[in-house]
Amino acid sequence: MSGEPSVTDKFETTPDWQIVAVVMGIIYLAYIVSGFLIGFPLRGQINAIGNLTFYVAVFAMLSLALNLHWGYTGLFNIGVVAFMAIGVYTMAVLVKQPLSQDPTAQIGGLGLPIPVGMAAGVVVATVFGLIVSLPALRLRADYLAIVTIAFSEIMRFTFLETSIKTFTLFGTETGLGGGSGLVFNVPAPIDWLTSALYVRGPYLDFVGWFGTTLGIGNPKAVVDNLVYSIILVLVVVAFYWLLQRIGRSPFGRVLKAIREDEDVARALGKDTDWFKMQSFMVGCGLMGLVGVLWMYDQGAINPNNFRPRLTFYAWIALIIGGAGSNTGSVLGGAIFAALLFQGPVYAKNLVTTAVGSGSAPQTFAGAVAPLGNLDPGPFAYYVLGNINQLQIVFMGVVLIWLMHNRPEGLLGHRSEEAAAVDLTDRPVVSDGGEVDE
Amino acid sequence: MSETAESDAAGDAESPSVAGLGGGSPDMAEYPLQVEDLRKQFGGITAVDGVSFEIEAGTMTGLIGPNGAGKSTTFNCITGMYDPDGGTVTFNGEDVTGMDPHDIAQRGLVRTFQIARELSDMTVLENMMLAPKGQRGERLWQSVLPGTRDRVIEQETELVEQVWDALEFFDIDHLASERAGNLSGGQRKLLELARAMLTDPDMLLLDEPFAGVNPTLEARLLEHVHELRKQGYTFLIVEHDMDLIMNNCERVIVMHQGKLLTDGTPEEVRSDEEVIEAYLGGQA
Amino acid sequence: MGVRDTVNRGRIVAIERPDVFLVWVLGAALVVDLLWGLATGGIAFSTLASNVWDGIMRGLVIGLAGIGLSMTYSILNFANFAHGDYITAGAFAGWSVTYLITGFGEYDLGALVLVGPKSNVTGTIIGIGVVSTPLAVLAGLLVAGAATIALALLVDRYVYRPLRDEGGITLLITSIGVAFALRYLIAFVFDSSTRTTAGTTGNPAVRLNFVDGTVRVSSHDVTLVVVSVGLMLGVHYLLQRTKLGKAMRAMADNEDLARVTGIPTERVVRSTWIIGGGLTGFAGFMLVLWKETIRFNDGWLLLLLIFAAVIMGGIGSIYGAIAGGLIIGIVASTSVIWVPSGLTEATAFLVMILVLLFRPEGIFSGRSTA
Repeated sequence: MSGEPSVTDKFETTPDWQIVAVVMGIIYLAYIVSGFLIGFPLRGQINAIGNLTFYVAVFAMLSLALNLHWGYTGLFNIGVVAFMAIGVYTMAVLVKQPLSQDPTAQIGGLGLPIPVGMAAGVVVATVFGLIVSLPALRLRADYLAIVTIAFSEIMRFTFLETSIKTFTLFGTETGLGGGSGLVFNVPAPIDWLTSALYVRGPYLDFVGWFGTTLGIGNPKAVVDNLVYSIILVLVVVAFYWLLQRIGRSPFGRVLKAIREDEDVARALGKDTDWFKMQSFMVGCGLMGLVGVLWMYDQGAINPNNFRPRLTFYAWIALIIGGAGSNTGSVLGGAIFAALLFQGPVYAKNLVTTAVGSGSAPQTFAGAVAPLGNLDPGPFAYYVLGNINQLQIVFMGVVLIWLMHNRPEGLLGHRSEEAAAVDLTDRPVVSDGGEVDE
Repeated sequence: MSETAESDAAGDAESPSVAGLGGGSPDMAEYPLQVEDLRKQFGGITAVDGVSFEIEAGTMTGLIGPNGAGKSTTFNCITGMYDPDGGTVTFNGEDVTGMDPHDIAQRGLVRTFQIARELSDMTVLENMMLAPKGQRGERLWQSVLPGTRDRVIEQETELVEQVWDALEFFDIDHLASERAGNLSGGQRKLLELARAMLTDPDMLLLDEPFAGVNPTLEARLLEHVHELRKQGYTFLIVEHDMDLIMNNCERVIVMHQGKLLTDGTPEEVRSDEEVIEAYLGGQA
Repeated sequence: MGVRDTVNRGRIVAIERPDVFLVWVLGAALVVDLLWGLATGGIAFSTLASNVWDGIMRGLVIGLAGIGLSMTYSILNFANFAHGDYITAGAFAGWSVTYLITGFGEYDLGALVLVGPKSNVTGTIIGIGVVSTPLAVLAGLLVAGAATIALALLVDRYVYRPLRDEGGITLLITSIGVAFALRYLIAFVFDSSTRTTAGTTGNPAVRLNFVDGTVRVSSHDVTLVVVSVGLMLGVHYLLQRTKLGKAMRAMADNEDLARVTGIPTERVVRSTWIIGGGLTGFAGFMLVLWKETIRFNDGWLLLLLIFAAVIMGGIGSIYGAIAGGLIIGIVASTSVIWVPSGLTEATAFLVMILVLLFRPEGIFSGRSTA
């Protein structure tokens, strides 16, 4: 215990929010600095920040929702993507314009208002959470894992299925679009939101001013992107608030007890099945909302957006941050998005901007052969050209490394006490029964 | 300190009460627990074979028997961990056979586990605060919605006080912020008993509460149990240590090979030929 | 865990008997519908036979790969999500050799080793087939087994062994990382396109008359049957007759007991990976030989069906894995009679979920699996 405290010691004693702030600062600084070094135009710079923020937000949300399942309740759900898909598919079918109004669309919708569609997406995802939880929550963790991932694949096959590409719902012709998916033939999120709030005019003025001030041509796409990302950050705050409240309550305490030892919770009179169901439903509803917020912004959905891979992304984010900690979940989502999800693509863009894309060999053999002549060029270009695959290899390695070296993640070991009141000190009780908070 | 609970139990009116939210001592039927012809099979093996007994209110009864006699299975059948294949379990006049464990616990029949099952990643305080029944904040919406959350916090504040009292009673208040996983074996047993008490039970089933506990802690644990019994709580204790049971229980039930062998006072059991043969024979 | 599982099982059956009943009714209705269809000519006997034959082929691959998964699941106590990618790894290793032997000297070496990525060096063109190039196929099969054994041992040594004392969930999550890394490393090296590995030239087929039509049986079908049945018999012999087999079965039943009674468990674990990995590699090679295409996610796509087979057969039981594989294969293939062809796998998953809910210990054995 002598000498300077080590880096790890320092880390252990730093408050969570400071760690989050520092990490976020480093991430954004790194993106901005490297963007400038390469000489990104301002437009590209802002766009990159917007994209980064978007993915930081969605992965933070996914990680938070998953933390309720796994970190708090110990429910091993690896069907996350199914609930995202259910949420956004529900929304799409409900809000897409009917064929009568948009005859050019492949598939029609019911033409309901967008908030109705969003809410319905969350509700239907929650209901599916209930349906899956009814039988599945009695299963051991590994069986629950297999059931949930199988469920997510069943849903994907269902969305892909051509026989329900179109069907009639309440007398309106609609459908799930099969392999070609569904296009949101409704206003994009920001267009809809600004109109709905009657700020369309001022907003467009602002966009124009923004463009002229910074000298960016056609600024709307960039500003829309940035504004939507900021809205998503606010949703992350709402998620965090909700989950902290759930966690720091007697309800959260029972969830924690279920994670630790379900038999004990039952022996103490807690109806654990009901608690698990509620936890599962709320988490699934939130996942549905993430699906809605993510994919609505993309403008179109396709069953193959919802491969199990996406579920594992959420898991990696949660494990990086530390299961059991909501702050950790946000941190994990941010690190995953910045380093593992967006990072390699960004790095590739940087490198190609710097050295050009060159002529990448078609195959691995073409990349390796020149190495014999001490020519690493083709191999480097091959790596750049296939960065998407290497990126996932890297994610896998990171996951393995974490399980070996830090299974509790960055913040998972810190106890977030499950009580609605502060438990750190014994309340000082005067005879009036007053308690310090 | 809020000393809300009145100790109206027979005997010692001085002892501090550790009752949970409801406060006060149990109010029970004369024979709160009645087990009749209980049966349980696993595969082809009959673990419990027609066991019947009654437990008198306010007493401490020991359940003993050699390994594999079916004591733990009996316990698990009574508390709903297992579904018995036959027979009935009646608690406070209500048939609770085959009910879910939490339903049985809610009715005031609470168990502890053979291997202390603390919730190791939760602190001692969290462990304790989990136990009380009727917590408003266990309803999700009450904990989340702004209006109702204030009342949840109110109840939590009361609860914290109660928990501290209980921790004090069991002499583990110095461990309050410790992670339960860091406790010693004996401290875990104390925690488990304290936690069970906070559910405001009528009757406690203790599964080998003294196993692996050092003599000092064992004495303390026993002291607590005796004190609680004086307050009117009923105990059924499964225990390996014969002497412990003989010296502390008014009544002893002996099981052997899934069946009830004898049921009587320690003196009667000690002199029972069958018991000596089946259980004590080798050791005596 | 065993006792509690039994209890849960008991409870599930007791409380949810109506559901079980419903499942049986549904199953019976399907059988009646099938018989009715056959009787009235709505379903051709030969169509059904073709579907069943196709299902048996799939089932043999699933069963073969399932033995390895089942063994590691019970002995190491975790669901290995990387198992599917062991299949792919074995397939690529084996087919690389088959390509090399068949096309050596005539085609570009790099293209051959990488199983013809983005080139017209396909199995059809270079003329691979069990009849046309039996030795290349045999060599590929052996290399597939050997390479997968090496891979399984390597991964175990550096990834799973340090976590031996952790719970099954830690290992499961880790195996997901292995699966990711492996699958996309394969895609990186071998390319992510789908290739044709064999064509009709090297794979003659006969059409057997069956009641009202014909059933196509190819030489690769026959090879698959011969190889997999042979391997299954071999494993049976190994587990029943050898000391090693007895140790493995003991450890599958109870690891602690095995440790106490002095079976050197690390050696047993290694043997498990060797046998399981070998079979998995063979399965990967045979899968590609049979379906005549290869892609980097072949194994992953098969993994859930293998899990279905293993759980259905009872984790730890190799006979269960084989039988489960056949059932899952046949279910998937014959389900086209009732459901759209895009949902055949979904149907197999649904069957698996039903098994997990109603008979989590598997449909054949009554013994504990945990």
